[in-house]
Amino acid sequence: MTNTGDDGAGSSERPRPASPGTATAVTVTGVDKVFETRSGQVSALKRIDLIVAAGEFVSLIGPSGCGKSTLMRLIADLDQPTSGSISVFGKSARQARLDQDYGIAFQQSGLLPWRTVAANIELPLSLHGVAASERKSRVGELIELVGLRDFADRYPDQLSGGMQQRVAIARSLAEKPNLLLMDEPFGALDEMTRERMQSELVRICAETKAAVVFVTHSIPEAVFLSDRVVVMSPRPGRVQQIVSMQLAADRTDGLREEHAFFDMVTAVREALHQGSPVSSVRGVENR
Amino acid sequence: MTTTAGAGPPPSLRSRRGAPRRELARWGLGVLGIIVLASLWELYKLLGPSDGLVLADARVLPRTSDLAMPHIWDMLARLSEPVTRADGSRPLWLEVAIAATATLGIAAAGWVVGLVVGVGLALVMQRWRLAEWGLLPWIVLSQTIPLIAFAPVVRSWGARVEIGSFEWQDWMSVALIASYLAFFPVAVGTLKGLQSPDVIHVELMRTYAVGWWKTLLRLRLPAAVPYLLPALRLAAANAVIGAIVAEVSTGLQGGIGRILIQYAGQASGDPSKAWGPIFGAIVLGLAAAGSIAVLGSVLRNYRRVEVDA
Repeated sequence: MTNTGDDGAGSSERPRPASPGTATAVTVTGVDKVFETRSGQVSALKRIDLIVAAGEFVSLIGPSGCGKSTLMRLIADLDQPTSGSISVFGKSARQARLDQDYGIAFQQSGLLPWRTVAANIELPLSLHGVAASERKSRVGELIELVGLRDFADRYPDQLSGGMQQRVAIARSLAEKPNLLLMDEPFGALDEMTRERMQSELVRICAETKAAVVFVTHSIPEAVFLSDRVVVMSPRPGRVQQIVSMQLAADRTDGLREEHAFFDMVTAVREALHQGSPVSSVRGVENR
Repeated sequence: MTTTAGAGPPPSLRSRRGAPRRELARWGLGVLGIIVLASLWELYKLLGPSDGLVLADARVLPRTSDLAMPHIWDMLARLSEPVTRADGSRPLWLEVAIAATATLGIAAAGWVVGLVVGVGLALVMQRWRLAEWGLLPWIVLSQTIPLIAFAPVVRSWGARVEIGSFEWQDWMSVALIASYLAFFPVAVGTLKGLQSPDVIHVELMRTYAVGWWKTLLRLRLPAAVPYLLPALRLAAANAVIGAIVAEVSTGLQGGIGRILIQYAGQASGDPSKAWGPIFGAIVLGLAAAGSIAVLGSVLRNYRRVEVDA
């Protein structure tokens, strides 16, 4: 646990919204990441190049250990690349973090147990000194957006896993970020809740017009949500292939039954298998 | 509830219906414990040999005479009788209560000082890892110094303190010694609490680009509450013990420690009287620890356990 005493700078001023005219949300150029471990150096990412356009939904998929979460953490400035550069809305990743240009959600909801649903969503706003009246109306909007109006005064331990995750997503949207970073946010949910949450995320993204970098294990999830799917391979983590989803713009539940959907699932699966039709890939759920 | 809100099973609202019954059972068990203890006392007094049991010149079981082991009812009856035969003498229970209140005040002052020092040390140790390595062994070591040896030294140092119109009072020495016992659980418990937030919470605060101070206020201190409460209860009990022992060893008048010694000296003539201050000391400890329970119910929202998705 490091104490980031230098971070106070960003909290005093209101975050500047990135100009929506900027064409790219994230630019990753030649990024390497090497972890120093006791048994020597481990190369987690090698020569990663990736551009995420504003408003684009990009999923990172690959077996365990392919560095997809690491890549997301680098974009979030929770970790620094060993070499190469990352820019977010034309700024350094660090500056983008200080300016609150992105919202983030993890596999665990990470709600503060002593705060109510409303107070959890409000957390980033109150930390950044937003006026109380503005906070209240924004929290009201977000609770409505994630469909938890009747649960505003509940505490996290009174909510189901799916509801907790919705609160976390509402919290990540609190400051109207133009970029959402999501690390397997539905990974711990059951299949039915998961599909419903996916549909809601599609709707939320359409409303907020935010770009999304979405880390997942699940091929159908990536296909259903994404404009492009970045297929990664492990040891060291590399971008194997980027598959553009040729699917209708409006993603509804009916899409899950369509041929085009299954074609895309097959395309991603084959990319994961490096084109060879192997029956299964370890660490990737084919659901 | 709208249909969109129905993801997953309905939220399980914690049922509190069983709580009053459990509360009653806890009180019942406490009373039962006292009854068992009292019965054992009276049973041994009834059945045990009047001169105790002596094996190879060592008495391994105590005498059961009224002088050595007064009846429980005699002890209780003695509480309502006057302290001495002198006219206008207060009943024993009142004398004990007054002394206990004085000691409670001193212990409370020591507890507050211990709280401030303990939390302060914990904050320093959380902020700088080096401080934790440097300080924690000394904090643990500080508790190995015997209090009895320590108390007269504090008193003689205190007697020399005089800053302007401020003059060191004897009760301050006692409070200081009480705080010396109280700060330890607070320092250790608070440090553990401040370090308890999950990595995910700490990283979340980092993504919000807030510094150590705001992370402390919004994350670490609230997260420390479940660790702090038992530490404060322990500190309260320690402060009472520290205050009583320090009263005895510094010879401070007016507190329960003093009459504890005084009445014990009169036990050969009035064996039941010595038990008055002992009961008083027990009630004192319970009151001190019980007041923390009140604090705990005020802070109950900070004691919710996190349930992961």
